[in-house]
Amino acid sequence: MSLSVDIHHQFDGFDLDVQFQTEGGLTALFGRSGAGKTTVINALAGVFRPDRGRIEMNGRTLFDSPTRTNVPVHKRGLGYVFQDARLFPHLSVAQNLKYGARFRKSRVSGDQVVEMLGIGHLLDRRPADLSGGEKQRVAIGRALMSGPEMLLMDEPLAALDQARKDDILPYLERLRDEADLPILYVSHSIAEIGRLATSVVALEHGRVVRAGAAEDILSDPDAVATFGVQDAGAMLRGRVVAHHDDGLTELAVGGGQLWLPRIMAPVDSTVRVRVEARDVMLSLQQPADISALNVLPATVVSLRDGDGPGAMVQLQVGPDRILARITGRSAKALNIRAGQTLFAVLKSVAVAKQDIGRG
Amino acid sequence: MMDWLTPEEWSAVRLSLWVALWAVACSLPFGVAVAYALARGRFVGRQVLNGLVHLPLVLPPVVTGYILLLGFGRQGPIGALFEDLFGVVFAFRWTGAALAAGVMAFPLMVRAIRLAIEAVDPKLEQAARTLGAPPVWVFLTVTLPLILPGILGGAIMAFAKAMGEFGATITFVSSIPGETRTIPSTIYGFLQVPGGEARALRLVLVSLAISMVALIASEILAHRIAKRVRGT
Repeated sequence: MSLSVDIHHQFDGFDLDVQFQTEGGLTALFGRSGAGKTTVINALAGVFRPDRGRIEMNGRTLFDSPTRTNVPVHKRGLGYVFQDARLFPHLSVAQNLKYGARFRKSRVSGDQVVEMLGIGHLLDRRPADLSGGEKQRVAIGRALMSGPEMLLMDEPLAALDQARKDDILPYLERLRDEADLPILYVSHSIAEIGRLATSVVALEHGRVVRAGAAEDILSDPDAVATFGVQDAGAMLRGRVVAHHDDGLTELAVGGGQLWLPRIMAPVDSTVRVRVEARDVMLSLQQPADISALNVLPATVVSLRDGDGPGAMVQLQVGPDRILARITGRSAKALNIRAGQTLFAVLKSVAVAKQDIGRG
Repeated sequence: MMDWLTPEEWSAVRLSLWVALWAVACSLPFGVAVAYALARGRFVGRQVLNGLVHLPLVLPPVVTGYILLLGFGRQGPIGALFEDLFGVVFAFRWTGAALAAGVMAFPLMVRAIRLAIEAVDPKLEQAARTLGAPPVWVFLTVTLPLILPGILGGAIMAFAKAMGEFGATITFVSSIPGETRTIPSTIYGFLQVPGGEARALRLVLVSLAISMVALIASEILAHRIAKRVRGT
């Protein structure tokens, strides 16, 4: 699987100029509103025609302005999940799911899709009788059953409240891990990206400012400005060791153990935990007699001063890199510098449930 | 039990229904196509098409009838063409009455269907295309089912209008008993002779009943469009 995008378009007072490549997995297309994310995904789907450029998928040219190639929407072989599910109101859920199946052979069976998304009990209903989260799951199923070579998702969770998002995220993880289908996922939520993405393409004002593997991009202090200092955070991968009676789950991570509130994942499964930079404290000595359960030995990779009073410290914890956001004053007082070994302290309760996902 | 109308009056009622049915049946495909073009199309001459469609609504019916006579009469260019190609003659035949009724009812039909099409979210059609459906299939499986109540409503409005068409009909095809003498022509004829008011009144009541039923039916269907498009 490969996707190569190179498009240019001139809007009023805004130039879109985007190039990137992806190779399978879940690629997050990140950007604030107005950055051009939806324009890019629409150009891919063929519902928007850029001025110039070339789009190629698996060696197939979908759009090429010099040769005037522009494959029509229905022949592109892409599944599109819209922010507003767009189910057909006059058809039942089952009919909606089957709508695209007559045009392309799907690699996954209808039963598999229904099972994976947990929508078996909804099949006879009409879209109007579904909740927002159910609608979105049916929309994902409908796109999957149309046999796409790639799935485009335009902020599929943006219109849902947090509880509904938490309901759907595990299904998206299953999709990423089990459907063997590359996904381009548009989002402005760093939390969703931290949980789902295998690679990230960040857009700003119609241009790609960062692109690469999710763990590299999210742990890069230089990228923090792009994603927002408040939400900055990186990923730790771990293996579930045990669920303890006091409601805590023990994880083995590269640098040691991590104790987190109960995780709904079987023992021995791998999980990824998004650790927000502002929740990480630094200590030069191994702290004793503190309430925080998680103390991980770490090595400072780099220190980056922010514009304000804050500073971002990139840490190597085992094989993973995480970020710690501290004040410039503390950085000076502790004399933080690259290569220094110290301890990263993380409160167990600081990690939100929705920041823990399948590894 | 049918003797409350004379054979002459029955003939007028039957002819009116026949003419109106043909007028609606033949104009419906054009009505849907024109409504779709006006609602969704972006082409040069869209406003001209819109004006042409609505012309019968504002022109004096006599003028419309006269234009039809010029164009679709046996000597008219289109009329002669139809006679040569299909053997269909419009002048002074019931077919001409149906044509006149269809033309006069066309704006109402197009308006109702156009409103229904405009109520359909184009994003749904876009979603269907991303699922691999070619444009014609999208129209048949998404657009058409959603606008069906609007089409039925438009057809009923056009039917009622066609039943009552008088000015263009009488100008184009005159008032020949059993051929082009519809309910309005008959009523008009009765009113021209002394003592005809009572006979006219019966047909007036028939006309009134048909029109009311049609209007109510079209209201109900129009109401259902909104519900259907909302999906409740």
